[in-house]
Amino acid sequence: MAFEGLSDRLQETIQKIKGKGKVTEQDVKEMSREVRLALLEADVNFKVVKDFVKRIRERAIGQEVMESLTPGQQVIKVVKEELTELMGGDESKIAVAKKPPTVIMMVGLQGAGKTTTTGKLANLLRKSYNRKPLLAAADVYRPAAIDQLETIGKQLDFPVHSQGTEADPVDIAKQAVEQAKEDHQDYVIIDTAGRLHIDGELMGELGRVKEAVNPDEIFLVVDAMTGQDAVNVAESFDEQLDISGVLLTKLDGDTRGGAALSIKAVTGKPIKFVGMGEKLDELEVFHPERMASRILGMGDMLTLIEKA
Amino acid sequence: AKTRNSFSTKINDLVAKYREVDEEFFEELEEVLISADVGVHAVMELIEELEMEVKRRNIKDTKEVREVISEKLVELYYGEDDEEEVEGLHEEEGDLTVYLFVGVNGVGKTTSIGKLAYQLKQEGKKVLLAAGDTFRAGAIEQLDAWGKRVGVDVIKHNAGSDPAAVVYDGIQAAKSRKADVLICDTAGRLQNKVNLMNELSKVKKVISREIPEAPHEVLLTLDATTGQNAMSQAKTFSEATDVTGIVLTKLDGTAKGGIILAIRRELEIPVKLVGLGEGVNDLETFDAHAFVYGLFADMIDDYEEETEKG
Ligand SMILES: Nc1nc2c(ncn2[C@@H]2O[C@H](COP(=O)(O)OP(=O)(O)OP(=O)(O)O)[C@@H](O)[C@H]2O)c(=O)[nH]1
Ligand SMILES: Nc1nc2c(ncn2[C@@H]2O[C@H](COP(=O)(O)OP(=O)(O)OP(=O)(O)O)[C@@H](O)[C@H]2O)c(=O)[nH]1
Ligand SMILES: [Mg+2]
Ligand SMILES: [Mg+2]
Repeated sequence: MAFEGLSDRLQETIQKIKGKGKVTEQDVKEMSREVRLALLEADVNFKVVKDFVKRIRERAIGQEVMESLTPGQQVIKVVKEELTELMGGDESKIAVAKKPPTVIMMVGLQGAGKTTTTGKLANLLRKSYNRKPLLAAADVYRPAAIDQLETIGKQLDFPVHSQGTEADPVDIAKQAVEQAKEDHQDYVIIDTAGRLHIDGELMGELGRVKEAVNPDEIFLVVDAMTGQDAVNVAESFDEQLDISGVLLTKLDGDTRGGAALSIKAVTGKPIKFVGMGEKLDELEVFHPERMASRILGMGDMLTLIEKA
Repeated sequence: AKTRNSFSTKINDLVAKYREVDEEFFEELEEVLISADVGVHAVMELIEELEMEVKRRNIKDTKEVREVISEKLVELYYGEDDEEEVEGLHEEEGDLTVYLFVGVNGVGKTTSIGKLAYQLKQEGKKVLLAAGDTFRAGAIEQLDAWGKRVGVDVIKHNAGSDPAAVVYDGIQAAKSRKADVLICDTAGRLQNKVNLMNELSKVKKVISREIPEAPHEVLLTLDATTGQNAMSQAKTFSEATDVTGIVLTKLDGTAKGGIILAIRRELEIPVKLVGLGEGVNDLETFDAHAFVYGLFADMIDDYEEETEKG
């Protein structure tokens, strides 16, 4: 029963109102209840769901039923359009600094995938844009975090700047940028330690790193399996650091990924890339429409409309 | 049943502090539980049961309503059965005990192993770790660093080698060194990767072949930040490895990990340990009462703030 897609959920309601000329308020009410459930099951934050459903309702009521679509299909269409729009257009671009190196900072909760994604991003920059990135090991807390980044650097043949675990992350970041200038590396990707958004001291450290190296991008790395808490995390990181974008990891799992919608809704910052596996070439461009379908638990629009 | 009573008293206090038990109350209760990741179905069931119970008993007195609510909330975790013992880790008296850690990527397996090793060592046990994550960059070094930190030996092979072979060696080493406990780390894997789940079953089989009763615990590590997907993790990992308990990590954040209530109800897997930080001491046994109470902490705080403001 749990985790059925929105189209399955709407089947029954749709049967009842098939063939009507207009979507009535009652129809919309019934259907928005189902929309609400589908989104909550997909882990979209309940506050975000509330606002979203309200908007859908306003848009759907009183709409003429298009000839080719049943009222149910039409509501789904509205939901998906709204969702896709909310999730943003194609924004999978990475900043380029006027004067190299371009500095990228990776931030996020513990275990989200920052270090792995640092390697993936460097790989993508080289492959797709012919860039030369340097990786900076600014996680001095997690046991063997530096080993991890150095191993990744070796696997991909990228230089890694590290100063051991006694150094200050602010200093590591600064020196990494200097190093990149000297060696004519055009990107620096700074891997930072995972931390809780409520950890004042460690969040302050990120603020100091930011101040010291003035990054062109600050990417919040978020696990796609995150539940209701995603809004607190994203809001808090954004407030304290003014992030420039979001990287969603572990989307190769079977999670619906409603966190994507929550984060976009509360920060307004674009989701740029998605992690699709543990391997270092498994980073893909973010597609809002695909994500919308995934959250709603449906295949593409066509199969859905055929079914309805 | 003494603990249950004291818990009920606490919940009673909570409801007493709260205003009237009206529609608004139920709405807020629903929001509190949903935002704790308890899961929309479980929450709606609970609220419905509550409302029905209130109606059925024709309860007008708010005090009685409160009692019904606290009953139901306690049942959320324990079900209706009266057993409420704290569920600790199974130990093999006077013989080798083997624990196997499993779970998806980045949830806190390796860190929890480090903390548990420290705890067991403090209790005077001889502990050995097996570096069964041969895949992730730096995973062996990470477990090794934990071993050094807490002063226990780590059995390891080179990166990329067969995890089952490492675990096999771990068992032989533990036997010959007369260790009390062997804890096996494994690589994180998403539950929809069939090959990787088969690999994990194989690791478990190797352990059971060497010691029929082992592993004495298969501990599924769940990140409290995870939403509804944790249910799918619990189901699939159970099918592959017969999970005996859950380690719920990262409860020091703002996430509540409410999905474990649904997992307990549906799959009957108890939470055995909770992670409350990254330090050696940040591992505790699970206290269901504190947990359920924690779900509502915000509701009380909000209310107390409101009343203070006047
Ligand atoms: N399946 C899958 N696993 C991923 C993905 N991205 C990262 N991982 C895995 O997630 C786990 C954690 O990744 P890390 O890169 O160590 O995460 P982190 O954010 O650097 O962690 P901390 O530094 O401890 O905060 C590792 O097992 C990675 O292999 C992804 O897109 N898909
Ligand atoms: N705040 C907090 N962080 C934790 C807790 N447990 C683990 N972590 C952190 O979460 C991150 C991932 O922990 P690991 O132990 O590497 O997780 P894992 O499951 O072994 O990861 P993989 O082996 O990559 O799948 C690290 O940064 C840990 O320090 C906890 O209880 N609270
Ligand atoms: Mg890292
Ligand atoms: Mg690990």
